[in-house]
Amino acid sequence: MRTGVAMRGALTILLCVACIGKTGCNRERRAQAAPFPVSNQVAGWVKTGEIRTFEAADLWKYIDGEAERYLKAGVRRVSTADYKFQNKVDAVVDIYAMGNAEGAERVFRSEAAGDATPIQLGDGARWYSQSLVFHKGACLVRIVAFEESAETPQALLQLGRGIELQLAR
Amino acid sequence: MSGGLSGSRRDFLKKCLAGAAVLSTGGRTGLLAAAEQGGVAAKSRVVVARDATLRGVNSTVDAHRMMNLLDHAMQALFDRDNPTETWKRLVRPGETVGVKVNALGGRGFSSNLQLIEAICERLQEAGIKANDIVVWDRDSDELEHAGFHVLTGGNRVQCYGTDRVDYEQELVTHGSVGSRLSRILTQRCNLLINVPVLKDHDGAGVSIALKNMYGVIHNPNKYHPNGCNPYIADLNMLPEIRTKMRLSICDATTASYEGGPGYKPEYSWKNNALIISQDPVALDYTGWQIIERKRAERGLKTLEGDGRAPHYIATAADAQHRLGTNDPRRIAVVEV
Repeated sequence: MRTGVAMRGALTILLCVACIGKTGCNRERRAQAAPFPVSNQVAGWVKTGEIRTFEAADLWKYIDGEAERYLKAGVRRVSTADYKFQNKVDAVVDIYAMGNAEGAERVFRSEAAGDATPIQLGDGARWYSQSLVFHKGACLVRIVAFEESAETPQALLQLGRGIELQLAR
Repeated sequence: MSGGLSGSRRDFLKKCLAGAAVLSTGGRTGLLAAAEQGGVAAKSRVVVARDATLRGVNSTVDAHRMMNLLDHAMQALFDRDNPTETWKRLVRPGETVGVKVNALGGRGFSSNLQLIEAICERLQEAGIKANDIVVWDRDSDELEHAGFHVLTGGNRVQCYGTDRVDYEQELVTHGSVGSRLSRILTQRCNLLINVPVLKDHDGAGVSIALKNMYGVIHNPNKYHPNGCNPYIADLNMLPEIRTKMRLSICDATTASYEGGPGYKPEYSWKNNALIISQDPVALDYTGWQIIERKRAERGLKTLEGDGRAPHYIATAADAQHRLGTNDPRRIAVVEV
């Protein structure tokens, strides 16, 4: 009888731990999904794929040798999702969660500005005809479009502003 | 882009190919042997084929023009008038051919789909069965993201990643590398057609034919220090890679000169070219020069000035490796 009570107790504890773990995992998934606008939250933009996440130790699987630069700056993970604008322009959004704001700025400044148009977005931004990079707090955001079109630059900017709003919440 | 070859160019190409007969059978090993046997340094031929009208109205590569570009490049490399004949010099019916692509750059910057389709079509015309062609890289999800359709089984060209079959259990070693090889390479393929992308690389300086073999092993993340040197060269010395590599066809249709290896359109350009060679060192050297010219055009420092010259190329050519040549006097670049 005592054995039975003890076993039920152990099982209850195990179930509680499992629930807490699952809740923690769900919370973490929600946290990783939070900065990504849902479909049509930003006009014209539809999220076309699931969010993929690569932790720091596996970052090389996503960006190969570039991972070294991010690791030195204290990256924790990158989350990435695919989007499509008005059923015409495919794009990918990468959001790097760095250890702190200094790390995000460090990666941002390690890249040449080239022909970027300076804009006010986040804590610093570079805007190109087919891509947008900015950092805000401990996050570095990169949006890359795979097609060039007259609408692409403004569309990228709108998506970037939408992400910035999500990050500010 | 020129059409057929003139007589004088044909003679020139024949002189450059002292080891042509050996090239058709032994790949890189044969090339070096021919050079040694002949006593006269045979030049490594690198063909750069370009078509300024390769893309259609929406900047997508035109499949028909891509096939023509591939044919011109192969005909120039092997000095043949018929495209099928060029492929018959490389493959024999009954062999299984691995087409090792580079899908890391995703949709914008992976081995071009129209190029891969053209290669697969020509392989079949040369007598290779469709399901004996495996288009592959390290990960099936990555292939899908790059626009490839993963397919296993049936009578069609196969396409999948090493994640479907795993790596060999045993480590193989050479010099500084010790890695487990993809079972696609070790158990599925008799030979490799290597299809890298012409890229700048944050660490190595450039990422072209030799570095594309990082996608064959389970632990490429261990081999990025010191500009990936001597890791790239040592990796390519592994017997399974060295003996099976038959040809490298570098997709230089969209290339990058800065910010690689990931896709950054602000540092990429529509080069609309293919670079092909049976000497991957000579190919990498040639690709490096193309990137340097673009960097100079854009007002950027050389890779040396940026602290990341691709020293691995010289290592691959040195006496301990002899994977090919990086001596421009021994490289015949043919532009068509």
